[in-house]
Amino acid sequence: MTIATEKNKVQLKSIGFSDRAYGRSVEENKIKIVVEDFNFFYGKTHALKNINMKIRSNAVVGIIGPSGCGKSTFLRCFNRMNDTINNIRYQGDISVDGNNIFDKDLDVVDLRRNVGMVFQKSNPFPKSIFENVAYGLKINGINDKDFIQERVEKSLKDAALWSEIKDRLNESAFSLSGGQQQRLCIARALAVEPEILLLDEPASALDPIATGKIEELIHELKKKYTIVIVTHNMQQAARVSDYTAFFMLGELVEYDFTNKIFTNPLKKITEDYVTGRFG
Amino acid sequence: MKKKSVSQAIGFGLLRFCIIVVLMILVVILYDIFSKGKEAVSWEFLSAMPRNGMTEGGILPAIVGTFLVTVITAILAIPLGMGCAIYLNEYASHGKITRLIRMSIRNLSGVPSIVYGLFGVVLFVQLMKLDTSILASGLTLGLMTLPWTITASEEALKGVPRAYREGSLALGATKWQAIRTNVLPYAIPGMLTGAILGLARAAGETAPILFTGAAFSLPFLPKSLSDQFMALPYHLYIMATQHHAIEKVRPIAYGTALVLIALIFCMNFFAVVLRYKLRKVKVE
Amino acid sequence: MMKRYLDDELKQLNINILKMAAMVEEAIHRSVEALRKQDKKEALSVIKNDQKIDDMEVAIEEEVIDLFALFQPLACDLRFITTGMHINTELERIADLTVNISQRVLDLADQPLVKPVNDIDKLANQAKVMVKNSIDSFVNRDQELAKEVIFSDKESNRLRTSIIRELIDDYMMKDSSSIPKAVPLLLVARDLERICDHAASIAEDVIYMIQAKVIKHHRELL
Repeated sequence: MTIATEKNKVQLKSIGFSDRAYGRSVEENKIKIVVEDFNFFYGKTHALKNINMKIRSNAVVGIIGPSGCGKSTFLRCFNRMNDTINNIRYQGDISVDGNNIFDKDLDVVDLRRNVGMVFQKSNPFPKSIFENVAYGLKINGINDKDFIQERVEKSLKDAALWSEIKDRLNESAFSLSGGQQQRLCIARALAVEPEILLLDEPASALDPIATGKIEELIHELKKKYTIVIVTHNMQQAARVSDYTAFFMLGELVEYDFTNKIFTNPLKKITEDYVTGRFG
Repeated sequence: MKKKSVSQAIGFGLLRFCIIVVLMILVVILYDIFSKGKEAVSWEFLSAMPRNGMTEGGILPAIVGTFLVTVITAILAIPLGMGCAIYLNEYASHGKITRLIRMSIRNLSGVPSIVYGLFGVVLFVQLMKLDTSILASGLTLGLMTLPWTITASEEALKGVPRAYREGSLALGATKWQAIRTNVLPYAIPGMLTGAILGLARAAGETAPILFTGAAFSLPFLPKSLSDQFMALPYHLYIMATQHHAIEKVRPIAYGTALVLIALIFCMNFFAVVLRYKLRKVKVE
Repeated sequence: MMKRYLDDELKQLNINILKMAAMVEEAIHRSVEALRKQDKKEALSVIKNDQKIDDMEVAIEEEVIDLFALFQPLACDLRFITTGMHINTELERIADLTVNISQRVLDLADQPLVKPVNDIDKLANQAKVMVKNSIDSFVNRDQELAKEVIFSDKESNRLRTSIIRELIDDYMMKDSSSIPKAVPLLLVARDLERICDHAASIAEDVIYMIQAKVIKHHRELL
């Protein structure tokens, strides 16, 4: 809130003004993820430079920035997905619930179970819809059929997909539309019950209607999960996130409440980017 | 404008000419073998032993020999090739050494088969004391086929989208789980196809078995894997060039060629069918 | 139809505007009561309370700016939000007018009224009804009610003119010593009529919201 000061805010509440979302609703939540002096290198390329950031639980954090600014790389650090790439190097810390994710004793498999990820291109496995959602449970050693059945249903419901596909669980996942496939991937990630969800441009390949559904879904999901979403669509970040982080050339330029970033950013360069005056 | 269309016509014409030449050669060879060999091929030809200094009778020992050798080749080349491919493609870091290994494998597939034959003599026949036998020949052919199967398997693995691996890892799978449950099932059709094509090539090879176990003439079937054996390609080679009555046995040579071609064609056909079937399963 | 997150936000804006409207209606009522009862304490309270309405206006304005910035509303959403923004401004101006009225009460400073406030009461009622109806037409998207508000603006003009004429002709012209007592009433009449104007302006915005037709300055389009 820019003009109506803190003091007035309290007064306004007393006279019945309903304060709205945009970060303020999660302002008092506990801190879930802390990024401290984080650096990342691809070979000799310094891809992320001195990132410091705190993410509150049940918040949606949107990461925006021009292509190649390191936003996807940054996202893939939270579940150490970058480990699959050769010649990378970390410096600094990222901790989830106070535990450093680069700790030698930490099992990266456990981390990835706790920090789910949905990719830019929907990537259902060439299996049935049911098997796709059950996959994460099965590889984690769960064999109880009733339990799997139950969890698959719950995940599909949480991903707002159940009503559309409940009669065709045994059909191939490829028979779904693009938007449904992406929600299936979200359901698949939810099935292993993570606490954090990483979304890497989840709607970039979808039409506006399917995109709208994904965005609505994000609003629902934040009740249960902490969400970090990378998007090259600024309007999408504006619509779905409580906080927005603007990255450029591997640096975190500005990180604030979403409404602040989009109405009154602190830095000139952020303003240039969000107003499209960039470059 | 006109000039352009003329040069296009010439270009297409040349390309068309190339394909016609290739097809013509193929047709001529096939026709020649088929027309001259069909007389010789009969049930007896396929099921009888050679008689009378191989001037009469059938080629059963050669068929059985080729079959057994190919089985040994498959047992060596397929699992080993797949394993190497999985390691190279999934586990090995993309360093200089890996690149060197990969380059060596590519080069090995270009080594003449006679060199493999000599190598087989030294390693299997002499050093491992397997003597000239089905086993020694099969293993030699296996070695020769390995580069082929490794390369084909690697290509198959590369064809599995990265997203399947990442999607699996992101759900908390270990690397091996991701490969086993979400990469191999989709790579295996391609791997098998490559392997079978490699085997088909091995089944038609003469040089590697020349010194390692193929016999000039054995009018009986092998009793164990350490016996010598007759093989179709070697038999053909003898009938065409080494026999004392070349003119007389020419029909038998053509018949053998026809059987060998039919066998290889069947294997290739099987590979195609297998690929088609498995791919269909994958998509469904 | 698909459920949209934006709908929750719009509902919230609606509620906030209604709260603002309720506060403003109360301010009209209390300022007129203060005049009638010559109640300086009540008048002071209305003036003091205006700060809250001002804060509310700022808060709603920021909310609207956020909605524009974050949701890029279009078509009916866009018209609803711009209308909400106008209504917010109009309501705040109405609240300022009630402050003016309350200040006139203080100016009169315990002097007895020069004339009975009957017709001023009538005008005040007219103002209250028009504000209430204009807000109702916004909430219920009721264009008939909005039209009614716009048409009834004439009546408020008539009432004001008759009050002012009476004050000038019957009091100020006859007895110049009554001027200090008559002028505040004259100003109150003018302020009340302006409140009616703002209500009519709100109604015009409502028509725009519903029909996407700008009838401002062109009431013949109605």
